[in-house]
Amino acid sequence: MRTTRWQRWSGLLFIAPWLITFLWFTLGPFVASIFLSFTNYRFIGLPEWVGADNYVRLFTDDAKFIRSIINTLYYTAVHVPGIMVMAFFVAILLNQKVKGQPIYRTAFYLPSVTAGVATAYLWILLLQPNGLVNQFLGLVGIDGPNWLTSSTWAMPALILMSFWGLGTTMIIYLAALQGIPQHLYEAASVDGAGVIRKMWHVTVPMMTPAIFLTAVLQIIGSWQVFTQALIVTNGGPRDSTLFILLHLYRTGFEYFQMGYASAIAWVLFVIILVFTVLQFGIARRWVYYEGASER
Amino acid sequence: MTARTVDSGLPSAALASGGRTIRSRRVQALQLLLRAVYYLILIGGSVMYAIPFFWMIRASLMSIDMFYEVPQPLFPDPPAWNNYTDVWQVGPVLWWITNSTIVSFIGVTVGTFISALVAFGFARLRFPGNRALFLLVISTMMLPQHVTIIPQVILFRELNWLDTLLPLIVPLLGGAPFYIFLLRQFFLTLPLELDEAAAIDGASRMRVFWTIVMPLSKPAIATVAVFSFISHWNDFFFPLIVLQSSERLTLAVGMRWLQAGQYEAQRLHLQMAIALIAVAPVVILFFLAQKHFIRGIALTGIKG
Repeated sequence: MRTTRWQRWSGLLFIAPWLITFLWFTLGPFVASIFLSFTNYRFIGLPEWVGADNYVRLFTDDAKFIRSIINTLYYTAVHVPGIMVMAFFVAILLNQKVKGQPIYRTAFYLPSVTAGVATAYLWILLLQPNGLVNQFLGLVGIDGPNWLTSSTWAMPALILMSFWGLGTTMIIYLAALQGIPQHLYEAASVDGAGVIRKMWHVTVPMMTPAIFLTAVLQIIGSWQVFTQALIVTNGGPRDSTLFILLHLYRTGFEYFQMGYASAIAWVLFVIILVFTVLQFGIARRWVYYEGASER
Repeated sequence: MTARTVDSGLPSAALASGGRTIRSRRVQALQLLLRAVYYLILIGGSVMYAIPFFWMIRASLMSIDMFYEVPQPLFPDPPAWNNYTDVWQVGPVLWWITNSTIVSFIGVTVGTFISALVAFGFARLRFPGNRALFLLVISTMMLPQHVTIIPQVILFRELNWLDTLLPLIVPLLGGAPFYIFLLRQFFLTLPLELDEAAAIDGASRMRVFWTIVMPLSKPAIATVAVFSFISHWNDFFFPLIVLQSSERLTLAVGMRWLQAGQYEAQRLHLQMAIALIAVAPVVILFFLAQKHFIRGIALTGIKG
């Protein structure tokens, strides 16, 4: 046997690759970005300390920033509950004994794997005045708007597009549904519970961990919407789909105001952090963990 | 994941086969109706979700003139197969595919291997600071990319890495926090006696990792590899920022480059052909490895 000291420390060798890249590409930049957010760095020259000026400017003298926050809030407020309800509904539908279940599951799930520039391209086409979406609406007698050129309808268009990607959420729910012990339903039946009461008193409570998880993930995701905002609407028309991350991108990498963009990054980071911590705080009141004491 | 009847919703016809009274016939009819509505919603919904893909194929086979016909032809006749040969002329598409392939390949192979190695260290080995460092892994998992991106870009400039694939590749050599986390959780489920027995036989830790833990973890490794491929292939924000020259781009950024060009309206059909080329590997992989996707999601979602 080798020396004990070697044994004690050799484990670190296994995690060394992560540790090195972490220090180099994550921790270093993380600290640097706090510093940069208090400077006027512009990618050339040296950063100059400006104190809290960037933060003051963000909230007092940057209409686009305020607009981007409002836009992102709007998106979050509709997208998150919308996608959760729809995914829940689809998961319930798929969790029945039904012929061809894998086919339906694939149809609902596939769009969430292909998400990216390619499907954003596709949606530009679908959202044209004579595109598929409006043809569909035409079938039920609705005269669809010109989604992408209207500052009223561009955001709903992106939200509509987001519902196409309910797959991941739906699969999480489906897995959770299949993990509910059958005997709970049987016990409820014995007690005379009908379909709706079983749903409300058995299914929903047992699903709360999954509902909580997807709520956290979806809210974090909403604050980081970027690809569709750049490709489909490019922030427009008239900044109606200017998301906060798109604003950061333009400020930092098109106008090269990197000190200022770092301040945006930090505000965004704090917003995400606050939302997540809040959710974990509230979670204790409504999320049911079976055998929670073991955790 | 198999379909299972759950006693929560729709009545199955089998249950209602007993009675012959009028009342039970009514119940039967109602159940049949419910069943029909159920299938209608399910099939209708699936079709709605699948149609955009067919629309993509259709548009990629339309000539540019067909886009302006009123009404647009439902099926492009004749199909403009030449879109798929013309598409290579609009930009260095072959380079984009090559670059995306390089990054995705290294991410899937080296990235997954190192994530597993690090996860093994966290799950099976004792060293000072193991717990604290693992907490750090979890926190970086939740750290949004945009917080670090600006200093990273400055760092890459100092290293002369901007406009090369290095910023996409080198950070991979440390593994990815999310996959480290997933694999560690999986490794923890394997009995520790295996390692101890091998150690008594004189096997080194590296040997234990490679000949015992890795083979037993094939399903988890496969899941991570599949997810890693998809995320690298679809990655957009980061490569968009570090890459610039047209022939250095990845496929996703290349598509943006095409769109930002001046002839946008004139080549919708070619854009759709490229989009289809970009989506194809993901769709094919999905069908080949469907169970890994489903399990992976369940793993991340429920066990996490």
